[in-house]
Amino acid sequence: MAVTQICMTMVQKMLRERLCHHRAMGKLFGIDQQYKHLLELLKQTTVCGESNSALIIGPRGSGKTALLNRVLKDLREMKQVKENLLEVHLNGLLQTNDKVALKEITRQLHLENVVGDKVFGSFAENLAFLLEALRKGNRTSSCPVLFVLDEFDLFVHHKNQTLLYNLFDISQSAQTPVTVIGLTCRQDILELLEKRVKSRFSHRRIYLMNSFAFKQYIRIFKEQLSLPAEFPDKAFAQKWNSNIQLLTEDKTVQDILQNLFHYSKDLRSLNFLLMLAVSNVTVRHPLITASDLQEASKQYRMDSKANIVHGLSVLEICLIIAMKHLNDVYEGEPFNFQMVYNEFQKFIQRKAHCMYNFEKPVVMKAFEHLLQLELVKPIERPSVRSQREYLLMELLLDNNQIMDALQAYPNCPTDVKQWAASSLSWL
Amino acid sequence: MDTRQQSKIIYSWYGKPTNSDRKLRTLQYKGILIKSERSRKERCIQLGDFVLVEGENADQPFVAQLLDLYEDGAEQKHAVVQWFSHISEIPKNKQKLLKRRISSQEVFFDKVSGYDTDIAVETIIDSVLVIPLRLKDELPTRLKKEKIFCVKQSWDGKCFKALSPHTFSKLNEANRKEDGIPNSFNSFVPSDIISSAKKETKKAGSSATKTKNVEMEIESKHSASKSSLSKKRHSLRVANGIKNPTARKKLELNSPTRSPKSKLLEQEDIWALLDDDCDSQLLKPTAIKRKVKFTEVLSSPPKITCANDKLKSVFGTAEDQEVLSGTLRLSPYRKLEDSNEKVRSLNMEVDAIVLTGHKELGSQSPAVTPRSRRTCTQETSTRIAEQISLLNMLESKEEEDFLSSSDGSYSSSSEEEDSDVSCTPEKKTKPSRMFSTPKSSRKPSVHTPAKTPRKTPLPGTPRTPRNATPEIPRRSHAAQKPTSVLEEARLRLHVSAVPESLPCREEEFQDIYNFVESKLIDGTGGCMYISGVPGTGKTATVHEVIRCLQRATEDDDLPSFQFIEINGMKLTDPHQAYVQILELLTGQKVTATHAAVLLANLFCTPGPKRKTTVLVVDELDLLWTRKQNVMYNLFDWPTQKHSKLIILAIANTMDLPERIMMNRVSSRLGLTRMSFQPYTYKQLQQIISSRLNSVKAFEEDAIQLVSRKVAALSGDARRCLDICRRAAEICEFSSQKSTDEIVRMTHITQAIDEMFSSPYIQAIRNASLHEQIFFKAILAEFRRVGVEEATVQQVYRQHIALCRMEGMQSPTVSDILAICARLGACRLLLLESSSKYLHMRVRLNISQDDVMYALKDD
Repeated sequence: MAVTQICMTMVQKMLRERLCHHRAMGKLFGIDQQYKHLLELLKQTTVCGESNSALIIGPRGSGKTALLNRVLKDLREMKQVKENLLEVHLNGLLQTNDKVALKEITRQLHLENVVGDKVFGSFAENLAFLLEALRKGNRTSSCPVLFVLDEFDLFVHHKNQTLLYNLFDISQSAQTPVTVIGLTCRQDILELLEKRVKSRFSHRRIYLMNSFAFKQYIRIFKEQLSLPAEFPDKAFAQKWNSNIQLLTEDKTVQDILQNLFHYSKDLRSLNFLLMLAVSNVTVRHPLITASDLQEASKQYRMDSKANIVHGLSVLEICLIIAMKHLNDVYEGEPFNFQMVYNEFQKFIQRKAHCMYNFEKPVVMKAFEHLLQLELVKPIERPSVRSQREYLLMELLLDNNQIMDALQAYPNCPTDVKQWAASSLSWL
Repeated sequence: MDTRQQSKIIYSWYGKPTNSDRKLRTLQYKGILIKSERSRKERCIQLGDFVLVEGENADQPFVAQLLDLYEDGAEQKHAVVQWFSHISEIPKNKQKLLKRRISSQEVFFDKVSGYDTDIAVETIIDSVLVIPLRLKDELPTRLKKEKIFCVKQSWDGKCFKALSPHTFSKLNEANRKEDGIPNSFNSFVPSDIISSAKKETKKAGSSATKTKNVEMEIESKHSASKSSLSKKRHSLRVANGIKNPTARKKLELNSPTRSPKSKLLEQEDIWALLDDDCDSQLLKPTAIKRKVKFTEVLSSPPKITCANDKLKSVFGTAEDQEVLSGTLRLSPYRKLEDSNEKVRSLNMEVDAIVLTGHKELGSQSPAVTPRSRRTCTQETSTRIAEQISLLNMLESKEEEDFLSSSDGSYSSSSEEEDSDVSCTPEKKTKPSRMFSTPKSSRKPSVHTPAKTPRKTPLPGTPRTPRNATPEIPRRSHAAQKPTSVLEEARLRLHVSAVPESLPCREEEFQDIYNFVESKLIDGTGGCMYISGVPGTGKTATVHEVIRCLQRATEDDDLPSFQFIEINGMKLTDPHQAYVQILELLTGQKVTATHAAVLLANLFCTPGPKRKTTVLVVDELDLLWTRKQNVMYNLFDWPTQKHSKLIILAIANTMDLPERIMMNRVSSRLGLTRMSFQPYTYKQLQQIISSRLNSVKAFEEDAIQLVSRKVAALSGDARRCLDICRRAAEICEFSSQKSTDEIVRMTHITQAIDEMFSSPYIQAIRNASLHEQIFFKAILAEFRRVGVEEATVQQVYRQHIALCRMEGMQSPTVSDILAICARLGACRLLLLESSSKYLHMRVRLNISQDDVMYALKDD
């Protein structure tokens, strides 16, 4: 059966959107309870005009934003909510102080001191204005306002926590109904709140913990890759889906997934892996295979530093080995170039036949290259006075990494390999 | 000419002492001369005359009748007055008793006993006319627009009564007397000043509205004359009383300025340009025309009042000057009114008007103008900045004009310098801008005061929406009413729900109430410091006290007071406290430094007829500054004799005064302190029950459980209510089918667990396998080294060893660092900066025991 280019493009587009855009309609996995809780909470605000505050806490990639977006999407579709909710989205990385945050809130609420995109007035005026605006409202007649504070933990560091105090204070007093939702990955967030702020916070916390077992993980894998029933090319969709079904039963695939699952349970890393695999799909190669996944997994979980080592020259490898021996001998104490050079000289003198004896400046150059690659790092800042040869350095590679890299290093002289295995091999 | 001297107003006795009291060593007089030295104009006010007296709010001077004038032993001049109350001085709830519409000109004969009738003569601003009327009488229409008052009823603090015949006749008599005596006799007025002053007012007038209709503008100014008059007075006083840069600024805005010395700054161009605009319009009307217009004023209805109001709001403080020039004509008009009745011939009438008008204008306006000169120069820079861009393009043309005209105005620049000397450093830093009106070169008179170039919003510019109203849009659907018992309970348990009464704080309530009440009755000031941990009902109790007091004043049990509240957390800067207090007190919006000066003035000088102010300062500790001047001032004011200020300061820590305040601050705070203890479980139980009232949604045991739990933890009532609310939600959630479920112990326990359980253990249990192994590796490494800190490299080695033991594929260093970063982001681990890579140090953020406990189960 010929698979058309158009069909392939559609598959790519659909799956990529699903895997990359965490704000798109993506399905939620294993967080039904949290979903219900949050939906209920926001419904209370929008429908009954009840003020609330809550924190959504979970490690990175656990779907906090996805959950919130999903809830908001569902909420907006409700009849009673339509046009009945003002949203203010803030991000701790963008609104780095209360002044900026306040302007942004005012802008997003389209209060009357906003002209075009500019907010007029000083910080104090803006605060007074906003508070006055919110104070004027009441439970039954004002439009509820939803404040979403992404990276909530960064707002905690604002001076006096003025913004948080005021938002929580409004949520605890008979003013315009507001709901403050904070998103954060810090588990110790409550300890960061000032006592008055903490007292005003309602202590509702919604935890996202990635608390699913491997079986669910496989099901998520399957659902993420399956094509929906409304896919235009039914035959292809069927074929694709049955292939995915086969994949989930494949041993290698299960191993790959198990490995990834053990490494990290968050769905973002799974999506990333699948993304790499999906990118390999072409017209000639229309279905994902186990080897695709294996390749993707290898690519995804590659050691970054070991990767760099593969591209080094033999001289540079030798220097690294010398440093490794120095580390072994001196138990991780810092070294300098001269020590490394001496160690290297010892090796060269014994095994002169396999290595060309480089001159010191050349070795120095190689050493500086390692420095630039950040495989070696000076302990203190280089000062004008100290000579470069005697700057104290640290090796940023572990022995295991060096040995692994050597295994994979193409055309490595045997003597060097032996030297790497034991500093005494030349004896 | 020394400008500073000229604006002084000198009060001197009229005639010889009529009577003297040996015992009290007082000398009584029958009149007082108010002389503005600069204008060399004198006004005589006699016993029985009606006067305007400075109030705390410059917009709203008090009306009074002069009953007695005397000088005491210390040579202080005193006046005894009979007060009249303006409608705005009467409490809102009492206004309803009138059952009729009160015009703004109507005042009430004041019989309230609480007010001090003995005032300092210096607070008298001007004389005014008050006409007694029968209740059914209307103010004659021709008087409607005049600046006079009528009195129909008396007010004794509780009810309104018609004027007794005796009072009526007395008032009438006083009026007649006033009519008879010309109360302004003036001497020497140089003719050139007359003409220039006239022009000046004209210009100022039309610059306000920028229309060509000059009469209309005069009208508008005229209608605002009461407030403006006192405003002028207010600002004059402030200016005289040494350092008040802002007030000076105001005055100077009105200035006639031409200076060759001014540098060509961009801002100047703006001003000059505006100036220019105004001039071209204003200089057209001839002198004769102007005269005629004065007469027309009488008949034309006061339409433009609103325009003036609008200006006020748009330009903030700057509009004072505008009005100021308008006020100068107050007295001429009144006199005009008088003469209107007597003089038959129209011609004569006109003459009289013009004459008096000239006198007044000629004498008054120069007194103000030189001083005000510089203010035009110093408008707030923000405003200027807004306009710069616009006017940049016009700059070049303007520049030429400027240069051509700059010569003619040299003489005024020397004065400019004079006044500069007295100005504060802050002002000096600003560029002093002067105006050169190119067209003025036509004018022979060098002294011609130029009017204030008004900043007018140019079309098409986005302007600061000063009059924006803070408002959140209304919702499109009505909020749902609670349908079930649980929902009802949830609403009642919300912290925001205001309960009918505050249980469990009766004692504290009584103490605060007594404190404030006693101070109110005494008419003195005082401070009280209230402390307590968050959620113990401090603010709620204080609000409850205020509510009760307000109710009491409505029932006339207590003198009325003004309540204002500031919150340290709702200020961006401690000094903003001044701004907020002033705004709440008087509605003025000024800068922090100016507000401080105005407030000090308000609280430290004897103000007649001022209500007591109750000020609640929440989150006091945030008003701390290094010099503590905000706190110092706040607590210093109540100790002033005339302040009538009661401060209730609220903060969390009991020893705040000792800990963060300087001795001089804490000593002023005094020892009236109160501390709110955390609620006991019984109190919490009572609070919940009283909130729930009759709604049967909670089991008794459940309530007790919450109360005990919270009392043991913090005693925070907010927490308690939050738990109950959450429990109600859980209950609602779990019992979708059966509607009459009530909250039981299990729900409460679940809610408490949700709120107080430590998240760490759950987080570790839900971590991925390698993350858990990483924890184990950390523990192993800690045990090995004996120090609770390890580098990633060390942990990595342990990790690999553990993986080998379990027969798992060992992760790469990148994986380990990623795991480390993830756990660090959750703050399960504490990490150094990641630039150190393998040598980054790792610590646990939870105890080792917790980690072990969390890992043990699987």
